[in-house]
Amino acid sequence: MHDSIQLGGIDYLILGVYFVFVLGIGWTLRRHAKTSEDFFLSGRSIPAWIAGLAFLSANLGAQEMIGMAASGAKYGIATSHFYWVGAIPAMVFVGVFMMPFYYGSRARSVPEYLKLRFDEKTRGFNAISFATMTVFSSGISMYALAKLLELLLGWDFHLSLWISAVIVLAYIYLGGLTSAIYNEVLQFFLIVLGFAPLVYLGLSDVGGWDGLVAKLDRVASARGYAPGAWTESWASMGSASANPMGVEWFGMAMGLGFVLSFGYWCTDFLVVQRAMAANSMAAARRTPLIAAVPKMLFPFLIIVPGMIAIALTEAGGSFSLPKMADGSWDYTMVIPRMLAQYFPPGILGLGLTALMASFMSGMAGNVTAFNTVWTYDIYQSYIKKDASDAHLLSVGRMTTVFGVLASVGTAYLATQFNNIMDFLQLVFAFVNAPLFATFLLGMFWRRATGHGAFFGLVLGTMAAALHHGLTLPASARVGIKGGWLVSPPLHAYTSEMAQNFWTAIWAWTVCFVATIAISHLTVQRKSDAELTGLVYSLTPRPPREALAWWKTPEGLGALVLALAVALNVIFW
Amino acid sequence: MGLDIRTPIGLMFGIFGVLLTGYGLATNGSDVYQRSLGHNVNLEWGAVLLVFGGVMLWLARRARSGGAR
Repeated sequence: MHDSIQLGGIDYLILGVYFVFVLGIGWTLRRHAKTSEDFFLSGRSIPAWIAGLAFLSANLGAQEMIGMAASGAKYGIATSHFYWVGAIPAMVFVGVFMMPFYYGSRARSVPEYLKLRFDEKTRGFNAISFATMTVFSSGISMYALAKLLELLLGWDFHLSLWISAVIVLAYIYLGGLTSAIYNEVLQFFLIVLGFAPLVYLGLSDVGGWDGLVAKLDRVASARGYAPGAWTESWASMGSASANPMGVEWFGMAMGLGFVLSFGYWCTDFLVVQRAMAANSMAAARRTPLIAAVPKMLFPFLIIVPGMIAIALTEAGGSFSLPKMADGSWDYTMVIPRMLAQYFPPGILGLGLTALMASFMSGMAGNVTAFNTVWTYDIYQSYIKKDASDAHLLSVGRMTTVFGVLASVGTAYLATQFNNIMDFLQLVFAFVNAPLFATFLLGMFWRRATGHGAFFGLVLGTMAAALHHGLTLPASARVGIKGGWLVSPPLHAYTSEMAQNFWTAIWAWTVCFVATIAISHLTVQRKSDAELTGLVYSLTPRPPREALAWWKTPEGLGALVLALAVALNVIFW
Repeated sequence: MGLDIRTPIGLMFGIFGVLLTGYGLATNGSDVYQRSLGHNVNLEWGAVLLVFGGVMLWLARRARSGGAR
């Protein structure tokens, strides 16, 4: 790197102060984790606004920051589909419709809900794949962060890997989920306040919003798209070849907006755990709704910098993204390059600390979800069924150590075998794609059986793999990108993203249909009494609370949806 | 809960605010601010962080005295 950043004493001081505070929060909370429910679920005592911000922050890892900024440069404002279409509706749905069953059933994890609703094998399938996935994804993001810091600041790869791992380990070991959640709130504010001035300076430099649109119109035209392709989110979604994402509106709405989005926000324990830790049913239901408000504003914080970066780069001024070996722009360098360009020493430390904070919040999310699923759904279910609560608490602490070490191991594995990492992420994508069909049927159709759910999931996963093996994105090579089953592939997609969305649509549909069919052929072993609190039709409605309409989950959810629609229309 | 999260948030951003405004004052007029398009961004944003930290501490304090009453 020709332009690595030189940090001054003031920058290190700010980073140091941040480390003292995250560790201090863990230290202060060390006596609050007395039972396993304290450690894994904060004793279900977290107020709604704190759970809400943590819900969001846990999802806001460094990879999200770097990746979404990169997509902003690559695809423009259409990246906001990952927020306004691919997150908000699902967050409203989980809060209004699903949280009553997650929270009301007193399940301690998402896999445990599957055990209560279906059977042991469905839980086991979900618990094992989820636990493995969290370790791998925290390892991969750790690797990415250490690599970035090495490139940018010349920091030693091993040193930054171990320091960040040990800090996250220390504060979770001490205070469990409460400490992770409290730190996530702190990290949330740090991320927002650390990056906001970057957006302001970038926008001033590019000539305001109008200047940005004018420059991006030229970027779009130069690449053979209609002028608005970078600054209008829906206008060029009519056909897959008219926009840089290479996705048409139906694949976008169904694949991302429905299957992938609901599959993540409604079933991923990493986020759902934050709501389960809330102090009441009303708070648990409001958690994702409160999170949705800042979530829908994040495009301005994360995607807009990417748009600014590509506009300035192609306008040929003083700012330029670096190039990769093959001559294309290195989009992942948007945030680091902008920090180096616009932030003088002082605030530069704040910006880097914000990047560190986003990494830590994402990693802590993975570690806390991992230790809970491992302890409750694997250890207590298969290894030591009669474990006392004190024993589970110490297993949880040990698992935190083990989980962090395994993540570090994965990070080192990633330095050697990047292909294995790509392969594993692909497998997890297959396993996750059908999940939402299982939960939807589980919660809203009482006849869905354990066999139906389990074999539906297995078939859905297989359908995902099959679809991937039969199709290939344009100009990709056969192998990890698809097309490995038949030659030539049955269908060529315009882009990898389109292929991903359609893989998800197929997986979901197969799982949905197969679960219904197999449920009809098998006997429902759960009695209505056992299913009370787990299935919509057998659960008494929670009493209407005497709240202002906009404070009820339904009212707040409607408000959030209306705002998301408005944003889609404004940036249409 | 034993800890009102607004207290450490307020303290941390308060410290950041003091550090940045102090550093901004000491380096006022320096060439480094050409990077930030002529803004003394340390001084300006440091002031914003001070206000944010103050509001957080005030909210925490209000909740504490409200709870005692």
